[in-house]
Amino acid sequence: MMVANHCVLIAVSCAFLFPVVYMFFTALQSDNQALTGSLWPNPFMWSNFSTVFHDINVAQYAWNTFLYAGLSTVGVVCSCVPVAYAFARIDWRGRNIVFLLVLSTLMLPNQVTSIPLYILWAKQFHEWTGIQFIGTLKPLIIPSFFGDAFSIFLLRQFFMTIPKELSEAMRVDGANELQILWKVIVPLAKPAIVAVALFNFIYAWNDFYGPLVYLAQSPDSQTLSVALSAFRGIHHVDWNLTMAAALIFMLPVIVIFFLAQRVFIEGITLTGVKG
Amino acid sequence: MLLLLSPWIIGFVAFTMGPMVLSFYYSFTHYDLLTSPHWIGLDNYRFMFGKLTLNGQPNQGDPFFWTSVQNTLWIIVFGVPLRIFFGIITAMLLTRPKRGVNGYRTLFFMPSMAPTVGASLVFVYLFNPATGPINQFLGHIGLNQPLWFFDPTWAKPALLILGLWGIGDAIVLYLAGLLNVPRDLYEAIAIEGANAWQRFRYVTLPMLTPVIFFTLIIGIIDGFQYFDQAYVSSTTASGGVGSPDNSLLFYSVWLYEQAFSYFHMGYASAMAWVMFVATMALTAVLLLTSRRWVHYGGGLS
Repeated sequence: MMVANHCVLIAVSCAFLFPVVYMFFTALQSDNQALTGSLWPNPFMWSNFSTVFHDINVAQYAWNTFLYAGLSTVGVVCSCVPVAYAFARIDWRGRNIVFLLVLSTLMLPNQVTSIPLYILWAKQFHEWTGIQFIGTLKPLIIPSFFGDAFSIFLLRQFFMTIPKELSEAMRVDGANELQILWKVIVPLAKPAIVAVALFNFIYAWNDFYGPLVYLAQSPDSQTLSVALSAFRGIHHVDWNLTMAAALIFMLPVIVIFFLAQRVFIEGITLTGVKG
Repeated sequence: MLLLLSPWIIGFVAFTMGPMVLSFYYSFTHYDLLTSPHWIGLDNYRFMFGKLTLNGQPNQGDPFFWTSVQNTLWIIVFGVPLRIFFGIITAMLLTRPKRGVNGYRTLFFMPSMAPTVGASLVFVYLFNPATGPINQFLGHIGLNQPLWFFDPTWAKPALLILGLWGIGDAIVLYLAGLLNVPRDLYEAIAIEGANAWQRFRYVTLPMLTPVIFFTLIIGIIDGFQYFDQAYVSSTTASGGVGSPDNSLLFYSVWLYEQAFSYFHMGYASAMAWVMFVATMALTAVLLLTSRRWVHYGGGLS
């Protein structure tokens, strides 16, 4: 019975691994071999990776993607930690209703706000500041400095588990809320903050809709997701190079995931089961 | 307190509430970004549902609106239950072994974090009708070889399989739910002489309903917004948004085309609001029915 169980699980594992393995080996094949559907590269074309970096400017796209993911992660962490603290640790009238409002924005489809936001960045925000937003990463990064519902929710859940006595002791000593947040909550909530940071980094790294809306017309500032989606059409590249570029795109996510898998699994469970 | 909250307050007004109000206003206008919005009342909504009268003549309305609705309902009706079904089965397999569970769980979970664009490209390659490994395998065992992303009847099933590859987040949730079921419930029903199916039907399944309910709601919300995989696979495989033969023209894809290819900002806003209201209504109906079939308790709340 146990053996049969493991056999099924190993078969399922193979099915899950199959696309990644195929992507990896196709990325190492020659142009012609990639059209045969065979698996084992003959010869091994390690030069595909340098071709992708030199000819199709993957380095530029990767840098843009890194900027978007890195800066928006900084923004989300800086803005959501104080907001989550106000929801978790301070009593004020209407707190629960306002928190419900935060949660309700989680249900809001991206598409409802993306059209007016595009118009705001293109027209009003542009006219007020004189800055060109469309075709740059700014409309993708700036909103992250003003809170994100999912991150606020996750941080609040964690902050609530920290014993009240710790902050009360500091309050008696005359510390204000900011000092308590910085000296007590942040050090104890490091695992949750790391989880929020990693979730946001990967979300932004993978994000397609946002970059497509703002960057589709401007080749120099595209992220990997948008550049890759148009790869085969625009650059007339073969499947082996497409797979090599896809691998470069997916590799950081896979590496981060395996290094921090516990953080992700606990984060998913915290939001899904105890929510 | 206000100082701590200020990032969210500014963000909510500038990037959520304000845009929503604007979007509602735009949905009653004709707006192409070049000239100012022009008030046309309910005409966008009439055009959407095919009840528009233009210059005294009945107008057919949007020819692709109902196509996109049908495609979206298809992917929800087949995709969401399939995810729940395979998610629970895989999670149950994971509760049995004493060793290696974490390894399997990590492996199954990983694809759900992978970028959708990358995954879609890989699957378009795997499903290539002539040279892709999937059809080569089907040929070897003497089965029919569908044209997948090149055939209107097989394009959506290919997307379902792509969706199953990213099922890992649901597996993790179901596994956590299964491990939360109190042991004594199984012992109690075993004393009554229940068989394996009865244990599943009367203990496991009821105890899992909160997680099933959560994944059902998320599945429906995500289903209405289904975009990345459809957009990438249709443009990469057979060369046009929504192709072949509009079989991958999902609601969000058509909305995106209206807004950012044709710059029909008013009409696209109306489509977005219809989608928003439909999502809310479905969620509300599910919440109301949930009292009948979702069992809270036993450590899950």
